[in-house]
Amino acid sequence: MTECVECGAEVSLHDDLEVGEIIDCTTCGAELEVVDTEPPVLEQAPELEEDWGE
Amino acid sequence: MNVGILYSRIRKDEKLLLSELRDRDHEVTKIDVRKQTFDISEAPAAFADLDIVVDRCLATSRSLYATQFFEAYGIPVVNSHETADICADKVKNSLALEKAGVPTPATKVAFTKETAMEAIEDFGYPCVLKPVVGSWGRLMAKIDSESAAEAILEHKATLGHYEHKVFYIQEFVEKPGRDIRVLAVDGEPIAGMVRSSDHWITNAAKGAETDVFEPDEEALELVERASDAVGGGLLGIDLMETDDGYTVHEVNHTVEFKALDEAVETDIAGTVVDWLEEKAKAADPDLEVTA
Ligand SMILES: [Zn+2]
Repeated sequence: MTECVECGAEVSLHDDLEVGEIIDCTTCGAELEVVDTEPPVLEQAPELEEDWGE
Repeated sequence: MNVGILYSRIRKDEKLLLSELRDRDHEVTKIDVRKQTFDISEAPAAFADLDIVVDRCLATSRSLYATQFFEAYGIPVVNSHETADICADKVKNSLALEKAGVPTPATKVAFTKETAMEAIEDFGYPCVLKPVVGSWGRLMAKIDSESAAEAILEHKATLGHYEHKVFYIQEFVEKPGRDIRVLAVDGEPIAGMVRSSDHWITNAAKGAETDVFEPDEEALELVERASDAVGGGLLGIDLMETDDGYTVHEVNHTVEFKALDEAVETDIAGTVVDWLEEKAKAADPDLEVTA
């Protein structure tokens, strides 16, 4: 368990967390990026800067 | 082997790859593209031990530059720069398919509102206007009438980035409510999926229903030819069925496979990693690819 940097709500994290992964806060909907896994540290995910994806 | 995963976000797709690689005891080097600088003459130290790099960058420009750097450093990268360059641009993609004799929808490109309007009138209604770079079916417009065409062209010309001033206009393909995505490595299909939706954009990201697609002879051949046409690699090939057989709409190089992984029995990450092992081995015959 760690806190959402946006709303402070607890965010539940699964076991196979990866640095670089994006997690959605189920309380406020913010996109959070995992910047560390031991212990888990979340930051606000950066905005998409250009078109991406397939 | 040591596999570099170049990324800016770890999605489900990357997680599937990472866990498969780790299960096979491969070394994995995660490379966050936002934290790298690329020197034109010298490879960053972090890349020294890499046997192969998988480009999973989401942003097109990053992908196009990074692949060039890895190739310059002599590190095998999938997909290759050639493939990324062709697939990232719908015009290059269409030209490559046409040149290879792969059936693809009739397409015209124009650079001004006036000539775009001429192309649209030429196709008749409905026809389709797409951005030359773009993803997940965003910013695609089905044009049903002259007034719609005028409004859309005006908006694009006024609001758009310069890339939106390249007008990519395509015939509207009447399809039986579904389109097909085949995931392939160097033209060899791994799995296929049909996406059905009442909406004309049948994109998994837009909530279409999915089902397994088993390619027939004709589809197999087209997948191989479409893959060759863009230089091969791990690709998503989009086909539609028409009365005259299949037509290949486009080939995607930054392919997502999580939806496919859920839809089919095939072990997709496993097949991709088999292929990575082969690729790395081909680049360096002395490499021990199995743990
Ligand atoms: Zn929150």
